[in-house]
Amino acid sequence: MQPIISVSGLNKTYGDFQALRNIDLQINRGEIFGLLGPNGAGKTTLINIICGIVKKSSGTVTVDGFDNVENFRETRSRIGLVPQELPTETFETPYDVCRFSRGLFGKPDNPAHIEKVLRSLSLWDKKNNKIMTLSGGMKRRVLICKALAHEPEILFLDEPTAGVDVELRQDMWNVVQALRESGVTVILTTHYIEEAEQLADRIGVINHGEVIIVQEKTRLMKELGKKQLVLHLSESVSVLPSSLENYQLELGGDGLELTYHYDTQRDRTGITALLSDLHAAGIKFNDLHTSQSSLEEIFVGLVNKKI
Amino acid sequence: MNFHAIRAIYRTEMARMMRTVVQSIVAPVLSTSLYFVVFGSAIGSRITEIDGVGYGAFIVPGLIMLAIMTESISNSSFAIYFPKFTGTIFELLSAPVSFVEVVIGYVGAAASKSVVIGMIILATAGLFVDLHIAHPLVMLLFLVLISVSFSLFGFILGVWADGWEKLTIVPVLVIMPLTFLGGTFYSISMLPPVWQTISLFNPVVYLVSGFRWAFFENSDVAVAVSFAMVMAFLLVCLFVVYWIFKTGYKIRC
Ligand SMILES: Nc1ncnc2c1ncn2[C@@H]1O[C@H](COP(=O)(O)OP(=O)(O)O)[C@@H](O)[C@H]1O
Ligand SMILES: [Mg+2]
Repeated sequence: MQPIISVSGLNKTYGDFQALRNIDLQINRGEIFGLLGPNGAGKTTLINIICGIVKKSSGTVTVDGFDNVENFRETRSRIGLVPQELPTETFETPYDVCRFSRGLFGKPDNPAHIEKVLRSLSLWDKKNNKIMTLSGGMKRRVLICKALAHEPEILFLDEPTAGVDVELRQDMWNVVQALRESGVTVILTTHYIEEAEQLADRIGVINHGEVIIVQEKTRLMKELGKKQLVLHLSESVSVLPSSLENYQLELGGDGLELTYHYDTQRDRTGITALLSDLHAAGIKFNDLHTSQSSLEEIFVGLVNKKI
Repeated sequence: MNFHAIRAIYRTEMARMMRTVVQSIVAPVLSTSLYFVVFGSAIGSRITEIDGVGYGAFIVPGLIMLAIMTESISNSSFAIYFPKFTGTIFELLSAPVSFVEVVIGYVGAAASKSVVIGMIILATAGLFVDLHIAHPLVMLLFLVLISVSFSLFGFILGVWADGWEKLTIVPVLVIMPLTFLGGTFYSISMLPPVWQTISLFNPVVYLVSGFRWAFFENSDVAVAVSFAMVMAFLLVCLFVVYWIFKTGYKIRC
């Protein structure tokens, strides 16, 4: 299937500073894509170029097969953007600004749709209040409603939950899930890993203006993630026998917990051998469990490796 | 062409005028009435006629011109400066619109306001003096063209300005003097010859003169020359606006 967004050889320089380096990226139709990277990595710049707010220095961006500069009307009408900053009108009302956004993006008035969007973000009873009287969280809701007012096929959420309360986060996830079910492609940037971990189907990691890796989330976690096996011993052990040296075990929990790190990618994890060597050494255990490293650990590992 | 976008911008801008109806309409009407009382009555009692027109009536076109020029500039410069200032301009930049829709929306709304204000002032003036408009259609044409060109000028000012000072200084330092020295309240034929020549370099002279011709059929410069000046100013502004959007000057980085 043709990707809905295709970025190739994209570069952006601000004066001498290269904010994006030769970016190649494909976003699939209908997926939730998490763009992950530390502050200043170039996430906002990349999004703003795709949306047409920032000019690219070189490279191409196509949206649904249309070039985003030559056929900007085609590409932009398909996109909704919730920006990172919180710029909102002040004297207007949520209802009016949503109606404005819808018109601006080329759609005829549709009060029913505006109502649906405002309701989905719990803004319906505030629809006629001046925006400046709303709280910060409410203002962000207004921005999300504005981005959805013209029924975009693609939604960009730039750092959507930075400084946002739990309730709004929940509302937002519900909206994102509903959008996804209706076939909308969602791209969210974040430096909160758990956000990407919870929501995204695929994850791209960007650092210093370069895309380091793009991978399905589950595969990323499987491939790059280390697993660990923790054994709970029946009797406390103070020193491990030399026969177990090769396993580089960690002894903890007052000598009652034994941790073994292994790589799921290898042919052999070494678990079977470890268990039989433990048996031979006379170490007994009454429980065991395995755990996987979080995306966070993977992310930190990736970013550090590249520096 | 994205007509829904033009309508959205236009509607929002006009709604803002309704929201601030006192500031947008009552204020210019009040200040014009004051000019009228002060200049019309105080000076009018000394100068009875200029070129065969009673002084009170003579200043009406100039007063309207003064109001629509300042209103056009302030309305459209503010309309585009404000989103730049708050950051809401991101939406305009990411929308499927070209400069054509943006300019028609903002400049159209600002010019509409000016035309409405011009009409209201005209009606207000009608309460004070007997007005006879010789060429109503020409008057309307000048009113619309001048409103549009100065709204375009205001749009350019709003894009160029990177602070409130710049936004307010141009109307005060440039437009007000040019208007007062542009034959708003007198005929330039009343000036010494040297100043008459100098006045001809003031573009406002041509606008006021052409507009006044539509009322009384007398003017400082030929009406065709006035018309040509208005069109020239309009075209220059259109070109600058086109260039701004072509290059993304101060808007897109
Ligand atoms: N308008 C600009 N002028 C100069 N540098 C900029 C501009 N916008 C962003 N940058 C720089 O580009 C880099 C990437 O910024 P950004 O895309 O906002 O990162 P992120 O969204 O990942 O935090 C940063 O180093 C930032 O300082
Ligand atoms: Mg950012």
